[in-house]
Amino acid sequence: MKKELVEKIKNNPDYIALVSKRSSFAIKLTVSMLVVYFAFILTIAFEPSLLGAPLSSDSVTTVGIPIGMAVIVFAFILTGIYTKRANSEFDDLNNKIKQSIKEN
Amino acid sequence: MNRIFTFLILGTIAVFASGAIEGEIQKQALNVSAIVMFVIFVGATLGITYWAAKRTKSAKDFYTAGGGITGFQNGMAIAGDYMSAASFLGISGLVYLKGYDGLIYSIGFLVGWPIILFMIAEPLRNLGKYTFADVASYRLRQTPIRTLAAAGSIATVILYLIAQMVGAGKLIQLLFGLDYEVAVILVGVLMILYVTFGGMLATTWVQIIKAFLLLSGATFMAVAVMAHYDFSFGSLFTHATELKGIEIMSPGGLVSDPISAISLAVALMFGTAGLPHILMRFFTVADAKEARKSVFYATGFIGYFYILTFIIGFGAIVMVFQNPQYLDLAKQAIEGGSPILGGNNMAAIHLSHAVGGDFFLGFISAVAFATILAVVSGLTLAGASAISHDLYASVIKKGNVDGIKEMQVSKIATVVLGIVAIIMGIMFEKQNIAFVVGLAFAIAASANFPILFLSMYWKKLTTRGAVIGGSLGLATAVLLVVIGPIVWVDILGNATAIFPYKYPALFSVTTAFVGIWFFSITDSSHNAEMEIEAFEAQYIRSQTGIGAEGASEH
Repeated sequence: MKKELVEKIKNNPDYIALVSKRSSFAIKLTVSMLVVYFAFILTIAFEPSLLGAPLSSDSVTTVGIPIGMAVIVFAFILTGIYTKRANSEFDDLNNKIKQSIKEN
Repeated sequence: MNRIFTFLILGTIAVFASGAIEGEIQKQALNVSAIVMFVIFVGATLGITYWAAKRTKSAKDFYTAGGGITGFQNGMAIAGDYMSAASFLGISGLVYLKGYDGLIYSIGFLVGWPIILFMIAEPLRNLGKYTFADVASYRLRQTPIRTLAAAGSIATVILYLIAQMVGAGKLIQLLFGLDYEVAVILVGVLMILYVTFGGMLATTWVQIIKAFLLLSGATFMAVAVMAHYDFSFGSLFTHATELKGIEIMSPGGLVSDPISAISLAVALMFGTAGLPHILMRFFTVADAKEARKSVFYATGFIGYFYILTFIIGFGAIVMVFQNPQYLDLAKQAIEGGSPILGGNNMAAIHLSHAVGGDFFLGFISAVAFATILAVVSGLTLAGASAISHDLYASVIKKGNVDGIKEMQVSKIATVVLGIVAIIMGIMFEKQNIAFVVGLAFAIAASANFPILFLSMYWKKLTTRGAVIGGSLGLATAVLLVVIGPIVWVDILGNATAIFPYKYPALFSVTTAFVGIWFFSITDSSHNAEMEIEAFEAQYIRSQTGIGAEGASEH
């Protein structure tokens, strides 16, 4: 990539918006995945009985089963949320940046 | 990837070792319906290979299927790469044995995917061409970085191939009644055919078909189990606890101390993002948008698959456990209890018979074989690319080589890797290979991932830092596996392990990151200045895809 092009894109307001929006979004989602997973795994390490508690007094199903399933579903939903926003909003911004280069 | 699983639980449950991967296996009678369905699968995939061969004309076609795979197809292929026979049989076997603990493992294997999407997928697609070393060496010195990345890739691939081949030999021996050597050679030859002639296009379609078959088969089994209990999880669990006790519903101590828990989590997340055959799949799609979709679909398929294996494991508890039909009488006479034929990893296979009879058993057996073929093909292609693209074209020829020549080298490398895999598979038949996958995974997490990640995001990374830190990570991972409980105690027979934890990742990954950081910031060479300066242009391309490789026109 040529130096002038780098300077031009670097100062393009759409580029600045794209990078800051996407970074903060990606970091937020990453942190929420890490928090959920580590909360789960550390509960197993420190206090497994919390997940072993039955859902109700006459049930053999434990709290851990829906929670475990929920972690799987949560991971999938996060990828969906990211993909949806990135494929619309972020790609629109990106196309504007690409357009602005072509124009000159 | 799923061979990691083998490693993860091996230290904790010795029983696993007597499953598909380890131990003496009784050769079974020829399973005719399985063989018929398998022959159909092989015939269809060879047909695809023939079709793909006609479309594989350039190096780009060979490595990336021309970059024209859609996000949905690639998501399916990633799932096909990731859900190995060890994962299907091993996780359902673990649920069968331990109940809830099986779910803990499957969750670990899934959570790396969102991280790959948020952090790795787009920059990888935007910066790379054929291998992840393209990205790592984008602004760093080609020769040292590519050599290290190729070493990490080839080590990971060969270790995985050994685990896969040995598992394949034993599984096929058990399912089809073929000799171990015949099974290993058959897998090796088919894999060489797919990859050499059909390249990434054939490999991708083999993986897609396999993923479809595996998901369909597993869905059928899970639905059959649930139908038996009027789709009530409560009744299924109640019946299962009557047979195996209430403890199968709670965490059972597979992950007991916090250090192991965190180290395991680090290994699963960073290891997944450092597997060369997984990373390579991102170059098969046209752009970052399709790369994102790939991960979205892959995460969905893989998550769905893990939920199915959980149901299948419980289904095996209620339908296979204590069912005299599947009881290993010889073993029971010696050890007591209710051992099933072929070990706990055969739980899903026996369940397929229990819900669908001989025909469905044949189908699931053929699917298990197809699964192995798909996974070894992906591995071999990744290994061959590291040899031809990173070592031959970039390190030896310094980039002065045409695509056709590079592709020829890649095909030769495929054949060589295939032969190595066959020889290793036969050599390791009677060896304890428990450490193999753990080691492969530790290398992916400690050498490949830190270099890749920091090259994308850390401006001050220099060649010196990456090479020294990455090598330190690699060496630490190897050392800690060797002096850890699995190799030092279980294989070498020493009384206590020098390094007490089974999972080295927390320590080796930290070593790599600290090493890379320290040897980068203290690097004041002229070269380092230029590398830091080049970051801006790289970052813009990684964020926007401007200048990135597109799909080829056909």
